Amino acid sequence: MSRSDGMTNVLWLQGASCGGCTMSILESGASGWFDELRQFGINLLWHPSVSEQTGEEAVEVLEAVLEGKLPLDLLMLEGSVARGPNDSGRFNMLAGTDRSIYRWICDLAPRADYVVAVGSCAAYGGVPAAGSNPTDAVGLQFEGSDLGGALGATFRSRLGLPVINVAGCAPHPGWMMETVLALTQKDLSATDLDAHGRPKFIANHLAHHGCSRNEFYEFKASAVSMSERGCLMEHLGCKATQAVGDCNQRSWNGGGSCTKGGYACIACTSPGFEGVQNFLETAKLAGIPVGLPTDMPKAWFVALAALSKSATPKRVRLNATSDHVVVPPGRPANKRAP
Amino acid sequence: MTRITIGPFNRVEGDLEVRLDVESGHVVRAEVTAPLYRGFEQILEGRPPLDALVLAPRICGICSVSQSVAAASALRDAMGCEAAPNGLLATNIAHAAENAADHLTHFYLFFMPDFAREAYASRAWHNATAERFTATRGSAAREALPARARLLETMGIIAGKWPHSIAFQPGGTTRAIELGERIRLMSIATAFRVFLERVVFADTLENVLSIATASELDGWHAGRAGDFAHFLGLADDLSLARLGKGPGLLMSYGAYHGLEGELFPRGIFGRRALIEPLPVNQITEDVSHAWMRESAVDPAHSTTVPDPDKPQAYSWSKAPRLSGQPIEVGALARQAVAGQPLVTDLVSTSGSNVRNRVIARLIETARIALAMEEWIKELRLSQPFCLEAREMPDGAYVGLVEAARGSLGHWLAVRAGKIERYQIIAPTTWNFSPRDSFDVAGPLEQALVGTDVGDAGSRAVAIQHIVRSFDPCMVCTAH
Repeated sequence: MSRSDGMTNVLWLQGASCGGCTMSILESGASGWFDELRQFGINLLWHPSVSEQTGEEAVEVLEAVLEGKLPLDLLMLEGSVARGPNDSGRFNMLAGTDRSIYRWICDLAPRADYVVAVGSCAAYGGVPAAGSNPTDAVGLQFEGSDLGGALGATFRSRLGLPVINVAGCAPHPGWMMETVLALTQKDLSATDLDAHGRPKFIANHLAHHGCSRNEFYEFKASAVSMSERGCLMEHLGCKATQAVGDCNQRSWNGGGSCTKGGYACIACTSPGFEGVQNFLETAKLAGIPVGLPTDMPKAWFVALAALSKSATPKRVRLNATSDHVVVPPGRPANKRAP
Repeated sequence: MTRITIGPFNRVEGDLEVRLDVESGHVVRAEVTAPLYRGFEQILEGRPPLDALVLAPRICGICSVSQSVAAASALRDAMGCEAAPNGLLATNIAHAAENAADHLTHFYLFFMPDFAREAYASRAWHNATAERFTATRGSAAREALPARARLLETMGIIAGKWPHSIAFQPGGTTRAIELGERIRLMSIATAFRVFLERVVFADTLENVLSIATASELDGWHAGRAGDFAHFLGLADDLSLARLGKGPGLLMSYGAYHGLEGELFPRGIFGRRALIEPLPVNQITEDVSHAWMRESAVDPAHSTTVPDPDKPQAYSWSKAPRLSGQPIEVGALARQAVAGQPLVTDLVSTSGSNVRNRVIARLIETARIALAMEEWIKELRLSQPFCLEAREMPDGAYVGLVEAARGSLGHWLAVRAGKIERYQIIAPTTWNFSPRDSFDVAGPLEQALVGTDVGDAGSRAVAIQHIVRSFDPCMVCTAH
């Protein structure tokens, strides 16, 4: 970065959070996350889960940032901002400080070159904002899909960017680290973010891309109950054709993903995903799923689905409703080899 | 008398505030505050019951599988069904991976860095400890973090991802394991064993688990390499066995449910070192010192409504009690109730304390590493992993499991196909509970009383050791 010591100062705070984003990023780096940070010249000013400083030692760090004594390159918040009750922020106090996380964040954010929302809670409100939203939880710069949130629609960090939203619940460790490193190298500008503040290198893809159930999707050969191998879209609630993220082009925990794991994509990178009910059941109207791919004419989708269903090979049809491969690939026995 | 406030209390999962009244350098009273409330129980009300499988794990990023398994267990109770045997095994393998990863995270990232502090600069062991365990810079994390990531590759095979998977269902798990994947699971379990034997114990797991008494343990660790012996050495020097006495009662709901009961059984380890059955219907929650409105004391019938201006309240956590008493949960309790010889001897001779809690966690890690190997072999690859979900009649149901940090219960009431009530009592709700209406303090509050803080006040390292020895998960505590 531009500073004389060449180091990038990162402050990580947790709001109304489960800590899962931290658990995810701790998987990053071949010799561990701390080594990885060092290799890229990143100085973790304070992180609630891993830093030595506790109590007043930690408060001293935060105060030094507020007073401008410690330059702040990246402010990262994990967890939503609980504004309640009555805008007091008391549902989430920073212990030992008599001040809410809501207030700390509003005071610290203008000090930061960049502000990063880690996970869908910090980005949009996320799971704590579900249902009646008991704590008036919002994201840093969004309340669901509406601009606003804790910092307000017009907020820009010192280098002129809105809040950068690394959405996901929890995000892939690579999404977080690549965003941090791109910012460290001044390689991410406002035009690299989509309309919901998500880095386009993640959000220009759909979770569907690279899904291992692709062949079942092509033929609309669908799983009917949990653990079956077929496509999860028609019956089991999968939103991967509508949800952004390169989820199925990466490896999660050494080779997994939600759809590989046998359950629906719940669109956890999307604002408001938590508001849905019956996550594992596809909402339908007159037998047709409501949530079809957003940029495809519905009539075409239905026509193609009917066509591909009638052309489904027996292998694909039978395997779709089984949890093991019951018909292996290969030429049916009654057909001669060419 | 002076009052000191410690917070933000970090290297715990979530945030924590501790207030201590100090007289003549000793703690005479402690108050523990959970400073975060999100309202999961309110959020779950009125939803379809199966939505708990998506939302409940998101209470906690460090023990999300435990939350999943508790929710799936409560739903299974509601459906009156069994899970596929393979599903139980796959759940146990994934749950063991999470619990072992949590024990490693606690030891290497949360607990040990306090011994690298400058406060101990004069100790003979300090240079070695600082090199090994200094927060974010010590050499141990360079080995422990990759070992943890490798262990969590278990999730990529069984659960899709971690944290926050939907693979754990009432009927089993959502992904059938194939032969190549079984071999990969074995390879992960073997790599984990190698890490434990080379880095943590400097001995085979079998040898470690053959240590049956406190004195055998003393003989075993003298002159031994490895991080466990490193800890035992400084624990002796600092008399950590005299620090942070628990309330005396230990509880386990029983862990790793299989077709033939649990690997670690359910029960209470009482003050007379007897293992007794657990009266589940004697579990209550008291809100006298929580910012919560009064409700039924039985979690099967209570609801959660915040009352932020309530006088006398000082925490978002309720105060769970068993037969009216505070109780300690965690690996120490689990292994004492399971009759693990070394832990039983330690608890019988010196009770629950900072040193014994850490020992129990590492002994348990060795035990579950071995159990994982067996469960992986026992998978019947041609058999189903998940049975069909069933209708849920109206009624009150419960799912009781053990998370890494102790007993976790989900109480679910279903009415007309929706969640009528949902109550969660998490491990740290037990351990870090506030006072109850009889003014009886929670386990940590009791454990802190009497601690010598000298002139260090809020910077006293002893307080750090006691609090972190419980491996608190504050995000679970008030949820």
